[in-house]
Amino acid sequence: MLTKPNKTFNHKHLLELQSLTKEDIELILETAKPFKTVFTRSIKKLPTLRGKSVVLLFYEPSTRTRTSFELAAKRLSADTVSIAVQVSSVQKGESLIDTAKTLESMKADFIVIRHSHSGSPHILAQNVSSSIINAGDGFHEHPTQGLLDIFTIKQKKGKIQGLKVVIVGDILHSRVARSNLWGLTKLSAKVILCGPPTLIPKDIDKIFPQIYIEYNLDKAIKNADVINILRVQFERQLEHLFPSVREYSLLYGMNKERLKNAKSDVLILHPGPMNRGIEITTEVADSLNSVINEQVTNGIAVRMAVLYLLSLNQNL
Amino acid sequence: MKLLIKNGILIDSSKNLQKKLDILIDNGKIVKILEKINLKNVDVIDARNCIVSAGLIDIHTHLREPGYEEKETISSGTKAAASGGITSIFCMPNTNPPIDDQASVEFAMLKAKSEGVINVFPVGSVTKNRQGEEITEIGELKKAGVVAISDDGEPVSNSKIMRRALEYSKMFNLVVISHCEDKMLSKGGVVNEGRISTLLGLRGIPKEAEEVMVIRDIILASLTKGKLHITHVSTKNSINFIKKAKDENINITCDVTPHHFVLTEDYLEKFPYNTNFKMNPPLRTKEDLQAIIQAIKEDVIDCIASDHAPHTVEEKNKEFDLAPFGIIGLETLLPLCITYLYHNHKIPLIKILEKLTTNPAKIFYLPNKGSVELGYDADIVIFNPDEEFVVKNFVSKSSNSPFIGWKLKGKVKYTICNGKIVYKG
Repeated sequence: MLTKPNKTFNHKHLLELQSLTKEDIELILETAKPFKTVFTRSIKKLPTLRGKSVVLLFYEPSTRTRTSFELAAKRLSADTVSIAVQVSSVQKGESLIDTAKTLESMKADFIVIRHSHSGSPHILAQNVSSSIINAGDGFHEHPTQGLLDIFTIKQKKGKIQGLKVVIVGDILHSRVARSNLWGLTKLSAKVILCGPPTLIPKDIDKIFPQIYIEYNLDKAIKNADVINILRVQFERQLEHLFPSVREYSLLYGMNKERLKNAKSDVLILHPGPMNRGIEITTEVADSLNSVINEQVTNGIAVRMAVLYLLSLNQNL
Repeated sequence: MKLLIKNGILIDSSKNLQKKLDILIDNGKIVKILEKINLKNVDVIDARNCIVSAGLIDIHTHLREPGYEEKETISSGTKAAASGGITSIFCMPNTNPPIDDQASVEFAMLKAKSEGVINVFPVGSVTKNRQGEEITEIGELKKAGVVAISDDGEPVSNSKIMRRALEYSKMFNLVVISHCEDKMLSKGGVVNEGRISTLLGLRGIPKEAEEVMVIRDIILASLTKGKLHITHVSTKNSINFIKKAKDENINITCDVTPHHFVLTEDYLEKFPYNTNFKMNPPLRTKEDLQAIIQAIKEDVIDCIASDHAPHTVEEKNKEFDLAPFGIIGLETLLPLCITYLYHNHKIPLIKILEKLTTNPAKIFYLPNKGSVELGYDADIVIFNPDEEFVVKNFVSKSSNSPFIGWKLKGKVKYTICNGKIVYKG
């Protein structure tokens, strides 16, 4: 059975990894471990969150994150409700804050929110009393994705410190990249960002002075321990930041041939959904180096850990 | 109807005057300025420990009427201005309908006359319906009473139209006020592009979006010899370009807002996604702020204006991307100038007041305003530069201010407009 962690986790919400300490992150990773063993057993449920309710408020399409949160909550015996924004009062023009207040009035203990506008979870945290979990906001952060990526790397490599981790692709529009950057740099990994200059956000090196930026993919992945390949987010591009999919794929598509530049035991991560044949070939996605499916499994464990740890602080 | 102001320090930059003087007002005009005036049977204001100055002229405000009366009206906006020591305001034409023809100018002037408590000077649109395509009937607008023309937030992107406007308005002595922004470069942006936009995952507005248009407008002003006024300058490079243009005797003036010399984008790190820090131009960096302060000292900057932009709570309390740009500023204009420019940066009061009174009157040809002079309109502010107060309870209909709860110095005691006391603090 679970015992309360010795270390304390003093957060009511999980809005971002930026404001977590190294110890907070390590505690989440440690807590996720036993949860992983639990739900890989045949009886997967724990009574930890019995009587608690978790509302999933997704303003953007999602398969894995929403399902993962739902399963994580259910495996902790919480009641879950998923709001399909397309058939909700949002369509009648209800504002984000009013929608959240309605859920708060129904005594939702947790609101898991995914939204296309950065900062939406922060706005909820300021306006309602439920615990808010950010499931991805605009291109700000996707903290549980960052955590599950780090969890996966740590399970495979045994450590994070000193690992050479390359993040490839559309950094500008990527909340996954920002959460990875915060988590990985706090745990002292060596991070290299790789993508065309038009997809590298301005002054990112002022926020993370210890990272490297390399436009050339072959150079970037030399001796890499981990390569995290981001999805090209066509839906977030207001204008064409690269000339064509074809050219992007030629310059930044990960294939078997290229992979030889990295270490032989390099891990390939991708937050999904993949554009197979654009940023990653099927050959690489399904190779032995790929831990893409494992990321999905670990996602549930990490989210169980997050829900559990936050539930200890709901009176904050 | 006589009113006597006694024992205050009169500051008037037009005469380089800073002296203890009494002022007598009669029938809306200033009729006597002497070291001692003693009169019986008149209303007396004791201005001891206070500065007496011409009332402030705020050349950039949004009064929202007609069309957006839930945010502000001419009535509420002028009352808010009066409580901030302001006696004349320019109202920008982005109302609905916009101020782009004679009738809409007349509407604003009539409303101001019947419901306003201070002087309102409408700014007409440069182009019809603020679409940037055809210039308005500028002569008719002038005849109806506009003091300048501007498309403000929808800047004229077509350089040829901008050239025509600068050229054509010359014969009416009308200034073209330009909000410099290359809308293609700033597209989708909500904060300054740089560390903060990257940190918060918000789309950035590069400084260059402002600067390329500052340069374009300077070049067009040079070509046309028209009168150009660049409003709410926010970057170091913009200031450098303006300074260079002035050195070359190009006919150009400019203003800054208090929020650009008091706040930087870093406030958004402290208050993430707080929409009271969302304005256009966005808050910039420390480097820009310092350049603005320096430019005020060196008189590269001619005026200080609030860019008062009221919005309702409903509009502002939402996702950062979706909230409208702008903050209110009428009631904090003077105190922010006094606290930051005078007390913190030791800029003389006379220089600060010049940019709030004399310069605007001169640049925009406002007769009998901007100075305390015999025969001039009795528009006067009396304030205590050392008295501290907490910013709260706005007179404006809106309260979208980042300065709520701030302690500021420079308390307005009286605002007098056309000889009448319109505010008493």
